[in-house]
Order: sequence, then structure tokens, then C-alpha cells
Amino acid sequence: MAESSFPVAAEPGDTPRGGGATARWIALGLFPLLLLALVLALIVATNGGLGDRVAPPIETLNVQRVTLPAPGTIQLSVVNDGPDPITIAQVLVDDAYYNYGMTPARTLGRLESATITIPYPWVEGEAHKIGLLSRTGVVFEAEVPVALEAPARDVAAFARFALIGTYVGVVPVALGLLWFPFMRRLGRRGMDFILALTIGLLVFLTVDMFGEAQETALLAPGALKGPLLVPIVALLAFLLLLTIAGRKSREPQSGLATSSRIALGIGLHNLGEGLAIGAAFALGEVALGVFLIIGFTLHNVTEGIGIAAPLVRDRPQFRHFAGLAALAGLPAILGTWIGAFVYSPFWAAIFLAVGIGAIAQVIVEVTRLITRGATRRDEPALNWLTLGGVTAGIAIMYATALLVA
Amino acid sequence: MVRETHDSPPATDPPMPPTPFLSRSVGRRGLVTRTVTGLATLGALVSGAGAVIAATRPAAAQDPAAGHGQHGAGGQMVPLPPTQDPAKAASVEHDHGVQMTVGDVDTAAMGYDPSVYLTAFDYGTASTLPDGRTLRDYRVIAVDKEIEIAPGVFFPAWTYNGQVPGPTIRCNEGDRLRINFTNNGSHPHTIHFHGIHSAAMDGVTGIGRGNINPGESFTYEFDARPFGCHLYHCHSTPLKRHIHKGLYGAFIINPDPQKHGDRAKGRHPEYSESRQWQEFVMIMNAFDTTFDGENEVYALNTVAFHYMKHPIRIARDQSVRVYLINATEFDPINSLHLHANFFDYYDHGTTLEPTLRTVDTIMQCQGQRGILEFSFKDHEPGMYMFHAHQSEFPELGWMSVFEVV
Repeated sequence: MAESSFPVAAEPGDTPRGGGATARWIALGLFPLLLLALVLALIVATNGGLGDRVAPPIETLNVQRVTLPAPGTIQLSVVNDGPDPITIAQVLVDDAYYNYGMTPARTLGRLESATITIPYPWVEGEAHKIGLLSRTGVVFEAEVPVALEAPARDVAAFARFALIGTYVGVVPVALGLLWFPFMRRLGRRGMDFILALTIGLLVFLTVDMFGEAQETALLAPGALKGPLLVPIVALLAFLLLLTIAGRKSREPQSGLATSSRIALGIGLHNLGEGLAIGAAFALGEVALGVFLIIGFTLHNVTEGIGIAAPLVRDRPQFRHFAGLAALAGLPAILGTWIGAFVYSPFWAAIFLAVGIGAIAQVIVEVTRLITRGATRRDEPALNWLTLGGVTAGIAIMYATALLVA
Repeated sequence: MVRETHDSPPATDPPMPPTPFLSRSVGRRGLVTRTVTGLATLGALVSGAGAVIAATRPAAAQDPAAGHGQHGAGGQMVPLPPTQDPAKAASVEHDHGVQMTVGDVDTAAMGYDPSVYLTAFDYGTASTLPDGRTLRDYRVIAVDKEIEIAPGVFFPAWTYNGQVPGPTIRCNEGDRLRINFTNNGSHPHTIHFHGIHSAAMDGVTGIGRGNINPGESFTYEFDARPFGCHLYHCHSTPLKRHIHKGLYGAFIINPDPQKHGDRAKGRHPEYSESRQWQEFVMIMNAFDTTFDGENEVYALNTVAFHYMKHPIRIARDQSVRVYLINATEFDPINSLHLHANFFDYYDHGTTLEPTLRTVDTIMQCQGQRGILEFSFKDHEPGMYMFHAHQSEFPELGWMSVFEVV
């Protein structure tokens, strides 16, 4: 076997000995790559046997963001997410041609982006429609659902959004944590119910976030999106957190560690909510705002219960609660800032996907808390009590979600 | 055999020097030089005081002798850099939105200038038949051609003689006409004349010779009657597509004063009575660049806003006659509204008495046409706008201006 020229002959984990052998080993690794390069060169040289390309250019454009930075001005951020360059020849606002400026250039190569500025007397509170005409007359559309001047990037605006983030993130989580003394007085069965309820809450959040993440991903530039972006990122985040948690699987899971991971997952979820709220406000949907804030606040109170549940057998201190509330709640503030000032559908989808992975991992962990006890007592983990808890958790989330819809 | 090329009006000084059909570039240069002041005034008109229209123009379109340039509201000319890449950033430097396309079309590259088209009449090659009548031979070739319908927006047109609209075929009542048609396009085409002729000469798919296939030729032959303002267009199926791709043109038959009396002399360029008239051909057309059955660009003589950027100069001491034809596809009607003035209207131009008197707005259904007669004799010099009165159309390009001097 040692004489074989193929690396498959080597035992797994074997390392070749000697300088000459190393060079030979590297060459064998590079050989397929060299062949691949030759094949690619051949395809490029012969056009893959397809003949000359006669089809018209594929023109696609992704409108990342439409803002109204000042009265009489509309601004768009665009990305060419197609394979061919695209030139914006003319711009329509409400079915009328308007002069416009475009920087850095009117022609965009693949994945290049630009800012289009249109002097246009938009009308506060009304809707506007924008069309971008390419060289071949393809029209790419964007809209301003409710025209409202974009928030200025000043201290006051940041403070205002921080307040909104506090209302929808920090306050409800902190209030939810206040149920901790109540939960401590629950018996074993009551605790199982609360843990099952937490699973229900988290299941709802996972499904909810997945839908939202997929929707957000659709708005990302074409080359970056695709139906797999969210599931893959979520799966990787899930596996990563599982690996981290699994390292200490021999030791009993600390309640605080579990709670921290729940808080982290919920924090990412609240970041996503913050993004949605901030972006909605930036797009002028502030008219819908107060109910939106109340809805999210009520919706998120239940998150506190979920975070506190694994702690009931520990003796947590006040600073632990403060830390958990901050971990779960503060990302909402960050989310509103990002959403209002630098919203990018691609990164929003990534954040949400990571959140999904995190929450899914927490579900696994909380489930383990229930099953461990049940195994010790030689009882089935899923019984009418825990099923009722899961159902109640989902029902509570569903009902409070209606407030946001 | 005498090649006749008439111009209308047979020009007194100073307005509209002859722009002979065969010496297009000279004519265009002259016209452009004359419209420079008009442009500056227009800049002030449409953009408000202190505003500057930043018009970019492809370098190839610039006629070095013509002195094209950016124009400011103050009236001073700002010469464009010698080479300007249309793909480079466009800039907008004004306070309010300018309801207009950005830049100017490259008429030289397109081989078609709407300003020249207005007064370009093709009388064909005339000869005398044994019975003393005039025989006129015309050559019309169908070719596929990409045309620029708004600055930087290119439309894959089907054309007669490489231009949209096709050449204005003009003749005298009673002439024998021979239209030698060759199809060098990629699809079967015909020429269907609105006029009186036999079924065999009707130019319709399936009747007589029917479709003229690519590479084939056919001669349509008939007498010129009745006098009036008519049109010709392709009648191959699918009809909508063949028309909206650009296969149409004006067909004008001058009334015979020997049959219809002195009133006909004003419409007949061979009589001195016609010299008090300045005549223009205007075809209202539109382009569906996305091929969804709705037009993205509306225009008078193909190029959106062309006569806003290059006003039509008319002399106050001469009357104005407009041969107006509606070749718009998809929209059932189009219209013309003249500002600050009223006109007499001759539906189809087949009468010498107006069919409507003292109106300032008329509408035409698809294929309808007529003659407008008016005068600015008692007006002060200035910019007088005219446009479709469906407000959507002017904002999408069918907006023009007369510069009365």
C-alpha cells in the first residue's frame, strides 16, 4: 500500500514524512485543481459550445431602500443583482419623467450599487411610485407607501428610537422576569407546565421568525438571496450553539447558562422586531406606530417567562436578572437604529436566521430539562400536562401576535 | 425624371429656412443654432428661477458646428466637455424637480431627427404618364432598427426606411402613385394606405399579394385620392405589434385647386397662396418598452419631450398648418391641446371647410387624423406649449412647445 501513488492509500490522519514526500503530496492535492482550471479555460475559450450569445442582456436591479431625506427629495439605494451591467436611462415618479442624479455612475456592473436622487415635490402622507427605466426600457419599480420625511440622524432621533426599542424589548422582558418569585412557588408539575409553556412560546417564535426571515430575504439582492439562505444560516447557528453547549454535556446544565442562551436567542428575535419597527418608521408607516408598539410590548412579556423558567431551581441574584433582561431586550434598541438608518434586507435576514438557530437550540435544551426529570421518574415526558403547556404557550403567542398584525 | 423635394413652407425670411430632405445635416445644424435662445428661455420656463437643467448628451450626438451645450436659466451657454460618457454620473443641480427626461437623444447616430421630420416631405420621383398625369415613384424599405425614443432608452423598432415614423409620403390629388416596397426586416410586412384603391393594393395579410416576406418586394400602385391628411401602416398580423413597433407614416394628398377652387391653393405648395403657411407633420405615437400592453413613453414624432428641448420655431406673420395623426397603440384615444390660442380643425383633412371651428383641444382615436390651422399673428412672441390633454401623456413625453418669434 505504501507504494501506491494515490493518497487514498494513506490511513486517515496519516501525515506524509520527508520533504520530497510532502511536495509530492501537495502536488497530488493540486492536480485536480489544475485540471479544473484547464477545463474552465476551455469552456471560456469555446463559449461552452453554445455559440455566441444572442439573447438580450439580463437586466435586473434591486431597490434596497427608498427614503425621503428632505422635502422635495426622493432617494433610492439600488444594487445590480443581475449577471450583466445595467444602465439607468430615465426615472419616472408617479408615471412622469423626472430629472435625477445618480452616483457614482449610471451604469452598474454586477453587484455594484448606486444612489439615485430625484428632486420631486412629494406630498406628505400620500403614496408615491417610482420607476427606473433601463437602456432597453425595462422598468424597475419602487414605492413610498406613506410619504414622510426620513428621521434625521441626530441625537434626538437616536434617543426616540432607543425609547421605542426599550418599550418593545427591555420593558416587557423585565416585566416577564418578575414572574420568577411566582414560579418558584410552583410544584414540580407546575414547573413542568411552565417549561412546556416556554417550549410553546419558542416554537411559535421559531416559526414566526422563519416566515419573517424568508420574507426579508426575498428583498435582498438576487445573487445573495434564494430560498436556502435562511435555513442554512439557521441550521449552522443551531449546530454551532449545540456544539458549544454539548462540550459540557457530562456536567449538569446550569440553569443560568440555559437562561442566557434563551435570552440570546430572544435578543436576536427582538433585534429582528426592532429592525422591522425602525424600518417601518423610516418608511413613514409611523401612523401605524402606537398600536405596533403596544402589540410588540404585550407579545414580548411572555418572553420573560421563558427566560426565567430554567432558573427556578437556582438561586439567581438581581444582577443576573438585569443581565438577562439586557441580553434579551437591548438588541431591540439596536434593531430600531439599524432599521431606521441603515436597513439592509440581506443583513436583517442573516440576523433573523441566526436567531432562529439560537431559539431552536434553546428548545432542545428546555426539552432536555423536562425529559431528564421524567426519565429519572421513569415517566413519559410528553403527557397531558406538558402538551397543555406547549399548546398554551403557542396560543398565548398567537393571541398577542394578533395585536401586531 | 425629376426628383422633387418640397419643403413647407417655401420659407420667407427669417423663420424656417428650407431643410431639404436630401441635405439633412445642414438643415439640422441650422435648426439647432436657432433654437439655442429658445432652450435657455425654456430652461427658465420649466425649472423656475435660479434653476439649472443639467442635461447630459452623448458625445457622438454633438455636432461641433452646432454649439450644443448645457443651458442655464440665466441664458448663458455652458459648453459640454468635448467627450462626455453617457454612462458617467448625471448630476441634478436645482431646487425643484424638473419634469423632464435627462439628457438628449443622439439624433445623428439614430439617423432621424424629429426637428427635421416636421417639414420633410417625400414627393417621390416624378415623371409624366402618356395621358399627361404625374406618376410618382417612392421607395420604401422595411428594416429592423434600434431607435432612441428617450435619452438613453432604446427600442427595438421595425421601421420604414430606418425611421419612425416612416417618411412622409406627399403628392397631389390625382397623381398615379407607385410605392416600391422591399421587406428587409425579419418578419413579414405590408403597407396599408388609408386612401381609395383596389382590394389587391390594400396591403393586408391574406388579401391580394398579402404579406411581403423578408427579402421580397412588391409595388403598390393606385391613384392619389381623396385629398387630405392620411396615414399608411403595416397591416400584417399580429396587428398591434406591427404597428406599435413603428411601422407607420404620414400620407398627405394636396387638394387640386382646379377641382375644388381657390380655397385649395393654400394647401398646395405649387401655388403662391401656400407661401403664407408653415406646415408641420406631427404623429402622436407611443412605445411599450416592457411589452405588457401599456406604453412607457409617449411622444410627438417618436422622441419623448423632443420639442421641449428643441422648440418648434414659428413666425408670427405666417399661419400654421399641422397635419396631425394618431398612431398611438394600446390607448384608445390621444389628444392635442394648444395653449393660449384656438384653431380650426379639418377631420381627415378631406374637406376645405373646417369640421370644427375655434377649438383648442381635439381628440383622435387610433388611426384618426386631421388638419389644424391657426395663427399667432396677434400674439406676443414667446413659448406656447401644446400637448395631449390626458395629463398622463404629457408627463410621459407628449409635451411640446412652439417658439413664436
